[in-house]
Amino acid sequence: MSPIACHASRFKRAFLTLLLLLVGAPLFASPEEDREAFLAFFSGRFPGVPLEQYVHGSMMLSEDALSQYESIMDFPPFQGDIDRGRMLWEKPFANGRTFADCFDDGGRNVAGLYPYYDEANDRVVTFEMALNACLKENGEAKLDYGDRSTMGVLTAYARTLSDGMAMNIKVDSEGARKKYEAGRAFYFRRIGQHNLACASCHYTHAGHYFRDELLSPTIGQAVHFPVFRGGEFLFTLHMRYQRCMEALRAVPFAAGSEELNNLEYFHSYLNNGLPLKASVYRR
Amino acid sequence: MRLSSLVFAIVASLLHNPLPAGDVIENNSRVDEGRRLAHDFDKGNCLACHAAPTDPQAITKANIAPPLIGMRARFGDRQALRSQIWDAAKRNPETIMPPFGRHKILSNDEIELIIDYLYTL
Repeated sequence: MSPIACHASRFKRAFLTLLLLLVGAPLFASPEEDREAFLAFFSGRFPGVPLEQYVHGSMMLSEDALSQYESIMDFPPFQGDIDRGRMLWEKPFANGRTFADCFDDGGRNVAGLYPYYDEANDRVVTFEMALNACLKENGEAKLDYGDRSTMGVLTAYARTLSDGMAMNIKVDSEGARKKYEAGRAFYFRRIGQHNLACASCHYTHAGHYFRDELLSPTIGQAVHFPVFRGGEFLFTLHMRYQRCMEALRAVPFAAGSEELNNLEYFHSYLNNGLPLKASVYRR
Repeated sequence: MRLSSLVFAIVASLLHNPLPAGDVIENNSRVDEGRRLAHDFDKGNCLACHAAPTDPQAITKANIAPPLIGMRARFGDRQALRSQIWDAAKRNPETIMPPFGRHKILSNDEIELIIDYLYTL
């Protein structure tokens, strides 16, 4: 081989390697590689903060915020909403069965398995969808995913039955992987008049101040919904996504839409291993 | 004696240069309007990401983007600052600064007022 040809092939190899690094790496990163990359990034951003503290979101960075949180959680002002959810959960259907009959162990330690990929219907199933499926199976009317006073309060109770369970999302088939990738693409896609992605604030700038609010990291977010903002306004995870989209001046997808279900699937996978804690106070 | 000559000098300069004094007033109101737009949550909302440490009215903890300081030194060319506000991605494709002009978050006039304010920082 002439020195020039050798040179050319070396260039070609370098070019192909570069191309693989640029294009191949993000395309072929497995969900577990994603999660590890996010963990590594955040542990670099927040040295010395133990992983279990991430469930507190940005409050993990402020002792004052955390002590305020703990004193509010001693006597949550939103306990009434959780109690209303409990009444819905325990109220027998017309056929005498209840929500607890639809889930393993009466609905204890199940929420961390959602969302999961439903192979038969090629779709992501959220915990809220499972609650609606339970209503349908028992001949009851389904609830609106965007209604705080029904689905909202129901999950505010039902999810507390899984408090302490580790998030345990599986992406283990080609179909599941496609939904995960759809959620991942949404997370990184710039949207709205402000042209920002989820990643802009909750990855790239996590832990930085947005005016006087600390931006929370993506890991730790998906395990603590619903939240009660200001101690009174219930937000399910999808309602919180919608609030973010409104802030970016994008038209929000509906609560319970396929887009938000896929986003929740990706988001929840990144939160794998963290303990669930539903119905918490947030600013 | 020295005080009265200073007063005389000021009065004389005002009498002889009425136009510049008018410009200063005009300019101050542009800066005030620019400040209002820059601080407004629904307009520039600059303080969401930038601190402005030399402006006591700019109350924010923001540290996402560089502080707004020494703006005349950093952007001697007004067009460069205009372009940065219009669409910051031209200079840095990774920026998260919203394209205020390109996406019509601010009008051209509003951008000019904000620039007048920024040049006081």
